Amino acid sequence: MENKDKNLPKKSFLSTQIDLSKFAPATDEEKAQQDVMSESTTFFKDGMKRLFKNPLAVLSIVLLSLILFTIIFVPMFVPYEYDEILKVDGKRDRGAQNLAPFEYSEMEQEFIANGGERFPHILGTDELCRDYFVRVIYGTRVSLAVGLFASIIVLIIGLIYGSISGYLGGKVDLVMMRIVDIIYSLPDMLIIILLSVVLNEVLVFKPGTILAELGTNMISIFIVFGLLYWVSMARLIRGQILSIKENEYILAARSIGAKPTRIIKKHIIPNCLSVIIISVALQIPSAIFTESYLSFVGLGVKAPMPSLGSLANAARDGIMSYPHKLVFPAIMICLIVLSLNLLGDGLRDAFDPKLKR
Amino acid sequence: MTRYIVKRVLLAVVTILIICAITFFTMHAVPGGPFNSEKALDPATVKALEERYGLDEPLFIQFINWMKGILQGDFGVSLKNGREISAIIGESFPISAKLGLMAMAVAMSLGIVFGSLAALMRNKLPDRIIVFFSTLFTAVPSFVLATLLLLVFCITLQWIPVWDANNPNYILPVVALAAYPMAYITRLSKTSMLDALGQDYIRTAKSKGVSRLKVIFKHALRNSMIPVITYAGPQIAYIITGSMVVETIFTVGGIGSKFITAINDRDYTMIMATTVFLATIMVIANLICDLLYKAVDPRIKFD
Repeated sequence: MENKDKNLPKKSFLSTQIDLSKFAPATDEEKAQQDVMSESTTFFKDGMKRLFKNPLAVLSIVLLSLILFTIIFVPMFVPYEYDEILKVDGKRDRGAQNLAPFEYSEMEQEFIANGGERFPHILGTDELCRDYFVRVIYGTRVSLAVGLFASIIVLIIGLIYGSISGYLGGKVDLVMMRIVDIIYSLPDMLIIILLSVVLNEVLVFKPGTILAELGTNMISIFIVFGLLYWVSMARLIRGQILSIKENEYILAARSIGAKPTRIIKKHIIPNCLSVIIISVALQIPSAIFTESYLSFVGLGVKAPMPSLGSLANAARDGIMSYPHKLVFPAIMICLIVLSLNLLGDGLRDAFDPKLKR
Repeated sequence: MTRYIVKRVLLAVVTILIICAITFFTMHAVPGGPFNSEKALDPATVKALEERYGLDEPLFIQFINWMKGILQGDFGVSLKNGREISAIIGESFPISAKLGLMAMAVAMSLGIVFGSLAALMRNKLPDRIIVFFSTLFTAVPSFVLATLLLLVFCITLQWIPVWDANNPNYILPVVALAAYPMAYITRLSKTSMLDALGQDYIRTAKSKGVSRLKVIFKHALRNSMIPVITYAGPQIAYIITGSMVVETIFTVGGIGSKFITAINDRDYTMIMATTVFLATIMVIANLICDLLYKAVDPRIKFD
C-alpha cells in the first residue's frame, strides 16, 4: 500500500531511514483490535478459574458445603440432643436401646398409636438410648472443629517461626532450623500418645469453664499439635521465603526504598499464600485422622461428647449385631478426608505455578 | 560421604536421647508414685521401698540410672503384672516385626507395580481404576478398614480364621496394615514414573533403538524408585503406629497391642519402655533410609 500523504519528508536516495511512505495509519477498527477486551486477571482469579474447571475439586467443594450445611443447620430441626437419653412423655424409654435406622421402640409405637408425634431416629439409637443421627452430626462437628483449629494453630506457629527464620537468615536461621530438624525426627504419634497420657493426668480445669467443657483430651490434642506438627509448616514457609527473597522484584522494591514491613506485606506474603492455603487444606484431614486415631486408643474427646473416631471405636463392641453403627461415622470420616484431599490436590494444581502447563 | 554419615548418626543419637528425656520427665510429671495404692502403706515401708528402687534419689540421677538400665537391656518391671518388660518385648516384638515387614514388602512391591502400570497406561481404564482405589484408600482410617475386614472375612464369610497364636494367619492384618502405605506409594511412584518417562535419557535410549521393555525396566523404573525409597522411612513410622491399632483389632499379641493395653491400664513403666523402644526403631530405620537414599542416587550432594 502506498502512502500518498504529501507532508511526509522526502527520503534521500542513500538514506537508511525507513521509507515512511510505505506505512499507512491504522484504521479505527485495527486500533480496536489492540484494546484488551477482557479484564486483566489476578493470580487469585486465575487460580480459582482453573480450580472450578477441575471436576473433582468442584465435587469436593460441593460435598464439603453439603456436610457443613448439614452439621450447622440440621441439629436445629432434630428435637434430640447428643447427650440426651430418650424419654417418652417424660418417662425414660428403656426399650430404645440399639434401635435400627428408622425403627421405633415399643413405648414410642404406643405413643404414636395414641396420636403422638415422634421424630424418626434416622440412624437408630446407641446402647445408651441416645439418638445416633444427632451423635454422628455432633461427632462430625467435633472432628471438623478439631481439624480446623489444629491446622490454624499449626499455621500460626509455623508461619511466625518460618518467616523469622527465613527472613533473618544467617546464624539465627541455622540454629532455628537445627531445632526444627530435631523435632521433625521425633516420632510424632508416639510423642502425641505419651503427652496425651500425661496431660490427661496433669491438666485439671475448673468445672464450668469452656476449657473444662472441651475436656482435657481435646486441649491436649491442640497442645500436642502446637508443639509438634508446626515444623513441616515452618520448613515450607522458610523455603518459600528464601526463594522469594532472592527475586528481582524484591531487589527492585528495596532499591526504591520500600520498608521491610511493606516488602513482607506486599510482596512476600501474597506470593507464598497459595502454598500456605494448600498445605492448610491438606493439614486438616491429617489432623482429623490423628484425632480419630487418638479416640481409638482411648485418648480422644471426653464422653459424652462424640467425635467420629470415638463413635467408630465405640461401635466396635457391638460390631456383630449393629455394623451400621461403625459404617456411618466411618463413611463420614472417609467423605471428609477424601474431599479435603481432593480439594487440596485441586488447589495445588490450580495455584502452584510450577505445574502450570 | 563419611562426614555426612557421622553427622546423621550423631543427629540420630541426639534424637534418641531427647526421646528418652521427654519420656522419662513427662512420665514423672504424672502425680502419684508407684506405691500409692488404695491401702495406705506405712510411711517407713514406703521409704524402704523407695530406697530399694532408688526412688529417693534426685530426679536427674534416677534418669541416669534408668538410661544405664536401658543400655543394658533392662527396662524395669511392668507395674500391672510385675513381669520383666524386656521379656514382654522379647516375646511380642518378633510377631510385630514379622507383621510389619510383610506389610512393608506388600505395600512397596504392589505400590510400585500399580504406580508404574498407571503411569505407563496413562488416562486409560487401568490407570483410572488404580487412581480411584489409591485415592479411596488414603481416606480410610486403618481401624475402620481392619474392623470391616474382620467383620466381612472372618465373621460373615468365614473365609479366613480369626487370629490364633498357635496357628497365626497373617493375611488380614497385613492387608489392613499395608493398604494406606500401598495407596500412597502407588500415587508416589506414578508421579515419579511419569517424571522419569519424560526425561531426555529415555528419549535417547528410545532413539538408539532400545526395546520398550528394557527402557522401562532399566532406565525409567530404576530412576522412579528413588522417591519411593525416601518414603520408606515415614512408612516404617506409619506401620509401627498403625500396627498398634491393627494388632488390637485382630488380637495379635504384638508389641503394638501391648502398648495400647499399657496406655489403657496406665502402666507407666511399660509405656515408657515401649515408647523408647519403638521410637529408637523408628529413628534407626529413618537413618538407614536416609543413608540408603544418598547411596542409591549419586546425583545427590552430601551437605
